[in-house]
Amino acid sequence: MKYLDEYRDEALAGKIVAEIRHTVTRPWVLMEVCGGQTHTIVKYGIDQLLPDKVELVHGPGCPVCVTSLEMIDKAHAIARRPEVIFCSFGDMLRVPGSEADLLVLKSRGADVRVVYSPMDCLKIARANPDKKVVFFAIGFETTAPGNAMAAWQARRQGIKNFSMLVSHVLVPPAIASILQSPLNRVQGFLGPGHVCTVVGYEEYEPLAERYHVPIVVTGFEPLDLLEGVLMTVRQLEAGTYEVQNQYPRVVKREGNRVARDLVNKVFEVCDRKWRGVGLIPKSGYKLRDEFGDHDAEQLFEVGEIDTAEPAICISGLVLQGVKKPHDCPAFGTLCTPQHPLGATMVSAEGACAAYYAYGRHLQCEKKALAPV
Amino acid sequence: MTTPNADAGDAGEPVSVLMGSCPLPLTNYKEIVLAHGSGGKLSQELIQKIVLPQFRNDLLDPLHDGAVFSVGDTRLAFSTDSYVVSPIFFPGGDIGKLAVHGTVNDLAMCGARPLYLSVGFILEEGLPMDDFWRVVKSMREAADAAGVTLVTGDTKVVDRGKADKIFITTSGIGVVPKGVNIHPKRVQPGDQIILSGDIATHGIAIMSVREGLEFETEIASDTAPLNGLVEAIFATGKDVHVLRDPTRGGISSALSEISQSAGVGMLLEEARIPISEEVKGACEILGLDPLYVANEGKLLAIVPADAAAAVLAVMRTHPLGRDATIIGEVTADHAGFVLMKTRIGGTRVVDMLSGEQLPRIC
Repeated sequence: MKYLDEYRDEALAGKIVAEIRHTVTRPWVLMEVCGGQTHTIVKYGIDQLLPDKVELVHGPGCPVCVTSLEMIDKAHAIARRPEVIFCSFGDMLRVPGSEADLLVLKSRGADVRVVYSPMDCLKIARANPDKKVVFFAIGFETTAPGNAMAAWQARRQGIKNFSMLVSHVLVPPAIASILQSPLNRVQGFLGPGHVCTVVGYEEYEPLAERYHVPIVVTGFEPLDLLEGVLMTVRQLEAGTYEVQNQYPRVVKREGNRVARDLVNKVFEVCDRKWRGVGLIPKSGYKLRDEFGDHDAEQLFEVGEIDTAEPAICISGLVLQGVKKPHDCPAFGTLCTPQHPLGATMVSAEGACAAYYAYGRHLQCEKKALAPV
Repeated sequence: MTTPNADAGDAGEPVSVLMGSCPLPLTNYKEIVLAHGSGGKLSQELIQKIVLPQFRNDLLDPLHDGAVFSVGDTRLAFSTDSYVVSPIFFPGGDIGKLAVHGTVNDLAMCGARPLYLSVGFILEEGLPMDDFWRVVKSMREAADAAGVTLVTGDTKVVDRGKADKIFITTSGIGVVPKGVNIHPKRVQPGDQIILSGDIATHGIAIMSVREGLEFETEIASDTAPLNGLVEAIFATGKDVHVLRDPTRGGISSALSEISQSAGVGMLLEEARIPISEEVKGACEILGLDPLYVANEGKLLAIVPADAAAAVLAVMRTHPLGRDATIIGEVTADHAGFVLMKTRIGGTRVVDMLSGEQLPRIC
């Protein structure tokens, strides 16, 4: 397929791998920030192609996985109400809250619908004037413009029966939090290509400078990831720590100004709880006061719900890159995509689910499954 | 009476220990959820834990698409399937055509020549008579084309809202010719895996309509009766070990199942698996892996290495096998697992469909 096959070329991949082998002289630990990048790495077996000295650990960049239990309980409290049509991205449906998941609520009669775009919710709201349509607005900076547009259009078109439960999270504070952790092992980052498409990478420059880590904004195709690894390793070997852009066909330093402006008009930065990590200051978006009529958290009075997460949780350590999915004794045995015990097993972008889908539980068990 | 626990893990006590230390302790559905009908692992568990224990017998236990048994000197194949696809009309077909092809194909994959079908209709009050007429007419055309006769049936109507327009169940009987012996246990290391054409078009055709996606060329369902292609394969006189039509769950689920029941491994090559440009594009947009997406007019044939060339050649002369190709082979290594060499030279395991679901695609 044009514009994709070019980035999945075996001969070129082989050249970049050879160059990485040629460059690396000592062990390095790199983190790919995005769940989409983790997915590509495991789907194509990229980590198997890399020299042993380059270790990839998987970052917190799966929006479903980092949404706090408390926020999911709030979503469920709203979805249970008879006057509500609750709209969500598909992979949120299987994430269990304290009591059930959205699939179960649906089977009990709740009106839960999967949407591909938040704008679809406005259509649903117009078609169901006697219902209250609520969209579960999760995600990183990538989905923020689309979600902001839904709120903006709802206000502009006077669609009063549409609201959003906002649980947006931001990448730079999470990276800072990982780097400040005493458990941190990460020495370089493959930066989030699609997040930077929206917000650019100016914000990453102070992080690279303060923590002396190279950050290479990286795409999502196999050759993107291999090139991102090469660029990061080159910096590590040379002792430099700059922000570089591997993904210039999509990402500009300043990002997408129109999208950023819209996001800033609709959202403001707030403190946010991350699953398995805890509260990270100034790490999320919430709706600005002037969009209060479309803020489900206020409208349905679920602000008081406060679910504590258990203190010990390996999915939190996986999200921070301290542990690998197969370090967990439950991985692939008690915890599978059919019976997720942790959020990282639920979404396809979650590190555990990606490991599972591409058979890493089998490869761990059976030496016979070594790369062919 | 208590209901057996369809979803309980087998591990017992350790679950609760782990649940105490993990933020998402849900392992057990007390109600039927849509994923139980996805054709993947939840469906399998539902059948294994609730249905199978009640009816256990030698013919049912393998849980194949159909049962094969002898009556006198004749070996018969018997199969049934229900159809609830939404929308009921889609590019390339409709629920009626699908209902005929589905059962015809299930019989053909048992190695049988399909002969007779039954049909059960569940109609929703208010269904336009014209729509019902179109579906029935389409079933007639599909049955004629497949050479099967519809010989018995039943019709029920339910209140508006108690069904969605029309649900159809078809059952079928066919005769297995002498000398034909299709069974996963016959699969041997060295066998070649032949795929009859490009994958994932049915699932993507349905999704495109639902999501309002438009492509330069419309993606049409591949729904088709495969009994003609199967007869052509048998006419070569070559031995065939297994036939399978990779419907819900796609080729990955079908091959994983075979490798598990045969106790062999498989090695596929990603670059050899045919996928049309439109379907590739749609899969990228929708975030789907085409290996897991449903087909309704494709088959996988697993044949001994010395039969592969002849079978492939005859398949390519048939309209439904023009793009047939060898996508991999059966191995003695990694028994029970399907491995795939990826485009860039890595490897990954190809497993059964699990979490993903596209409800009501057939």
